[in-house]
Amino acid sequence: MGFFEFLMNEILSLPEVLVGLIVLTGLVLQRAKFAKVFSGTAKSIIGFVILGAGATVIIGSLDSLGGIIQDRFSIQGVIPNNEAIVALAQQTLGTETALIMGFGFIANILFARFTPFKYIFLTGHHAFFMAALLSAVLGSSGMTGVTLVVTGSVILGAVMVIMPAIAQPFMRKVTGGDEIALGHFGTIGYVSAGLVSKYVGDEKKSAEDIKIPEQWSFLRDSLIATALTMVVMFLILVLVAGPDVVAPYAGDQNYIMFGLMQGITFAAGFSIIMAGVRMILAEIVPAFRGIAEKLVPGAKPALDVPIIFPYAPTAVIIGFLCSFIGGVISMFFLGIFSLALIIPGLVPHFFTGAGAGVFGNAMGGKVGAAVGGFTNGVIISFIPALLLPVLGGLGFENTTFGDSDFGVIGILIGLLANLFS
Amino acid sequence: MKILCVCGMGFGSSLMLKMTVDKVIQKKGIDAETDATDIGTAGSIACDLILTNNEFASQLEGGQAEVRAVLNMASEDEVGKAIDDYLASK
Repeated sequence: MGFFEFLMNEILSLPEVLVGLIVLTGLVLQRAKFAKVFSGTAKSIIGFVILGAGATVIIGSLDSLGGIIQDRFSIQGVIPNNEAIVALAQQTLGTETALIMGFGFIANILFARFTPFKYIFLTGHHAFFMAALLSAVLGSSGMTGVTLVVTGSVILGAVMVIMPAIAQPFMRKVTGGDEIALGHFGTIGYVSAGLVSKYVGDEKKSAEDIKIPEQWSFLRDSLIATALTMVVMFLILVLVAGPDVVAPYAGDQNYIMFGLMQGITFAAGFSIIMAGVRMILAEIVPAFRGIAEKLVPGAKPALDVPIIFPYAPTAVIIGFLCSFIGGVISMFFLGIFSLALIIPGLVPHFFTGAGAGVFGNAMGGKVGAAVGGFTNGVIISFIPALLLPVLGGLGFENTTFGDSDFGVIGILIGLLANLFS
Repeated sequence: MKILCVCGMGFGSSLMLKMTVDKVIQKKGIDAETDATDIGTAGSIACDLILTNNEFASQLEGGQAEVRAVLNMASEDEVGKAIDDYLASK
């Protein structure tokens, strides 16, 4: 049991190692040369660590942004943060979570092998978060031990093929092909964005056709666009908040310079994340063929949401901004309905808002990108608020799961479990 | 020789293009190293041939490497033609 626990707690619960193992398996199954197996495995793990380092830089700049908003407007509420709530769940249900994650991946391969849903879910950290959600929701409904792990693994494996399947009709439209799928638990938000955009927008008027004059063409560079957006956002905030509110975060630095540098720091973090994603994908996508061809004929890799950003970089920015606006407006309505106040976080709104923008653009052009992003922003504000009561003891903490699918799955499973208990 | 596949982010269409290139060079029996990268770092990577889309091709021309634009990144025919064209020009 000691070895088994080590395998689950120390190895399979680390997304970087899990990804490394998948690449290793893929390359070995393809009978790649030793040098390729070694470098491919090492690079995918290093890429994941780079990704984590970039996230730390971004979170550092967002923490001060969130803090300044709270201090200036004295808003108290729940900040959805997957990493934080999973860390809390790990304290009581760590082993169950790791086991569900491990067996869930096997269940995924079996579902892909024997059902028409041929998707292999490769976004390791999201599989891990979903395993934590399932152990928390099933646990608080009174389930324990083997029953909990088996139920959780089957549900996780099913969700890992169903979500990419729901997104695939839209993915075909976005990528213009059928080679890759979307493996990210913000699917309900993206698909809602796509459906709404279809009715309000015009798919022929793409956001990517927005003509940017020659001297502004540097805005096509996503890194520069991100930097400008964040600098403007930070500068508005520090000017509204004033030097006294900013001082605890800025220290001795001038408050305007602090805002400027934090915006630039965010862009640097974004660039680091992109470097990590590039390194992981360059190894995992080709190596994936090894698994796809040998174990699951005709399977598609379901990958993290940044995979679709290059298909519509302008829609990424539009979707992000409109999702955030949707989150801010929703916050006031949550208060009116006496639900928990969900404070919009820039990180979930950036990633899922950008994905919703790309889906919206594919279905309804530039109007679709804006409306799609806004729809996603409303969804990821209301659903986490409704999820809180289902999380049991974890619901009393000041954080919750952010992305839409965690909320939808959690609420559904919670309702079903209560029906049978 | 070294072939570099370039797109805006360096892991979307460029990676798909790289996989097409890998298939083509394997079929043709060409010994080449392939890599995918973004437009920002493409300039600093030494290579013989750059494959990219029309929009970026004009920005990358004028360096040491030959540049060829590919419209359909999944088309083995088109990629094969670009590589043949490059080899013939040597």
